[in-house]
Amino acid sequence: MRGADAFSVASPNARPATPPLLAVEGLTTRLVGTGASVLDDVSFEVEEGETVCVVGESGSGKSMLALAIMGLLPPAIRIAQGAIRLRGQDLARLSPAEWRARRGRDLAMIFQEPMTALNPVMRVGTQVAEVLRKRRAMSDQAARCETLRLFERVGIAHAAARFDAYPHELSGGLRQRVMIAIALATEARLLLADEPTTALDVTIQAQILDLLNDLRRDRALGLVLITHDLGVVAEMADRVLVLYAGRVAELAPVASLFDRPMHPYTRALLASIPAIEGPRKRLAAIDGAVPAVGAMPEGCRFRPRCQLAAARCTSVPPLAQLEPRHHAACWVTAPQDTSP
Amino acid sequence: MSEAATTPLGAMWRRLRRNRSFVIGVALVSIIVAVAILAPLLAPHDPLRNNFRARLQPPSAMFWLGTDHFGRDILSRILHGARISLVIGASVVVVTGILGTAIGAIAGFFRALDEPIMRLMDAIMAFPAILLAMAIAAVMGASVTNVVLALSIATTPHTARIVRGSVLVVREMEYVEAARALGASELRVLFRHVLVNTTGPLIVRLTYVFAIAILAEAALSFIGVGPPPPAPSFGNIIANGRDFMIVAPWITIFPGLAIIAVVLGLNLLGDGLRDVLDPRTRI
Repeated sequence: MRGADAFSVASPNARPATPPLLAVEGLTTRLVGTGASVLDDVSFEVEEGETVCVVGESGSGKSMLALAIMGLLPPAIRIAQGAIRLRGQDLARLSPAEWRARRGRDLAMIFQEPMTALNPVMRVGTQVAEVLRKRRAMSDQAARCETLRLFERVGIAHAAARFDAYPHELSGGLRQRVMIAIALATEARLLLADEPTTALDVTIQAQILDLLNDLRRDRALGLVLITHDLGVVAEMADRVLVLYAGRVAELAPVASLFDRPMHPYTRALLASIPAIEGPRKRLAAIDGAVPAVGAMPEGCRFRPRCQLAAARCTSVPPLAQLEPRHHAACWVTAPQDTSP
Repeated sequence: MSEAATTPLGAMWRRLRRNRSFVIGVALVSIIVAVAILAPLLAPHDPLRNNFRARLQPPSAMFWLGTDHFGRDILSRILHGARISLVIGASVVVVTGILGTAIGAIAGFFRALDEPIMRLMDAIMAFPAILLAMAIAAVMGASVTNVVLALSIATTPHTARIVRGSVLVVREMEYVEAARALGASELRVLFRHVLVNTTGPLIVRLTYVFAIAILAEAALSFIGVGPPPPAPSFGNIIANGRDFMIVAPWITIFPGLAIIAVVLGLNLLGDGLRDVLDPRTRI
């Protein structure tokens, strides 16, 4: 009772063609007490087989976005507005139990720290097999076989011997492969990866990214990759969502983002990448820090740190479409005649 | 790559074997447990039989540790008394382990219940344990069951507090979030991912509870609200000797030494476990 049919039956207002794998529409989350917004009016889509990278500094709301999509927001933060449509069905309107039933089936997540994201007292094989038994109703024997197959698929050598290993016996790279095997065990089409390579060595990073890319192509996964590493973005992304202080600053295909960054924040981010060739210069940095939740400036949230800030920046800039598929939210650099 | 050397349990076992206080503690406790189990075979006399021709005998070839004022053999009474004392200690460990884990887990995991539960635990903890036990024995009568009940109530709050503390730490771990991200139910998260990772401090605490229970049983028996005579326990053998301490000190000295041996053994065992299980004290 799973797959495209189930969804089209479930949504009465049938949409033309297939709805995108994931469509986040005007998502706004607020702190329960003060009502301060954490994410503000975030919209983007992820198609099957597409990688969308979410970039931004610490505190920009990247991880919060992933948790919101998973339905795992901390109790102090609530979804106030907007929709999270998975194949057209709005997850935000499901009961917590219904949402839970979707996790580990249609949605899966890979975490940042492979050191701490596996249960230390369970054998790694058991952790994968458990997903297969619980979520896909496999027998013990079938789950074991499938686990070994998945271990091989994610490039774990000596799969049979590693099945009985405990997490502390494996290297960071192997543990991250186990995490990916767990995510694959769910057969979810949408995979959220929250900085999956930040804690790994550079060479291992490249291997893990290759593996993710490979799996995405193989299984037509929609991949939401959260990162602050623009090198990773350039290598992996089809489209890029630049978040600043909980708002979308820019949303664009990767090539056009790197060639023609529109938002001053994106430009500053790109300028802060140290050049390997050429004369050594001072690193460009963005002065200041992301404002705290509840202490957001009026209007454009980047205004206090923006070199181009003008008088009209005290009102909130709309996300304007500049080219097909290239959107930015800035009064100064993004001409406003083609508002979406 | 040998199996035992690579599992966490294998690594732990190797560290434990090198820990001197753990080894001595285990040896001491094992001997006492073995003696208690084999008491009917080892005891030279019937621990309950009065022998008025041999009252208050000092230690001799016939009565190795002497006799009490009814002529009962002290050695036999200590051997049999160890059974009651150990059964009480073990029962308190089991009851406290279950209650403390359940209460601590609920308080730590379901935050809305944290305040009411832990304040109730504080209230129980504020009440002197011996007084509580006396009150229970006074109301319900002195019996092994009531001693276990009283001591369990007295030792549960601290145990619950320890479990709650561990749960608060473990519930924030990324693997707990990862389990939720795979759709695990809250109960499954609690049992399969949180509680199994809180066992270290609990085990250490329970070894101390065992020692505390044996000491407290002796204290309760001494003031007359322990397991009822004539069945021997460490505490009531000492209580029997109280009136004869000048003329027959062996009646109180030897069961006292037995208590020291058990409590010392359990504390050494607990210290060793704590050194190995608690990373903060690892050198």
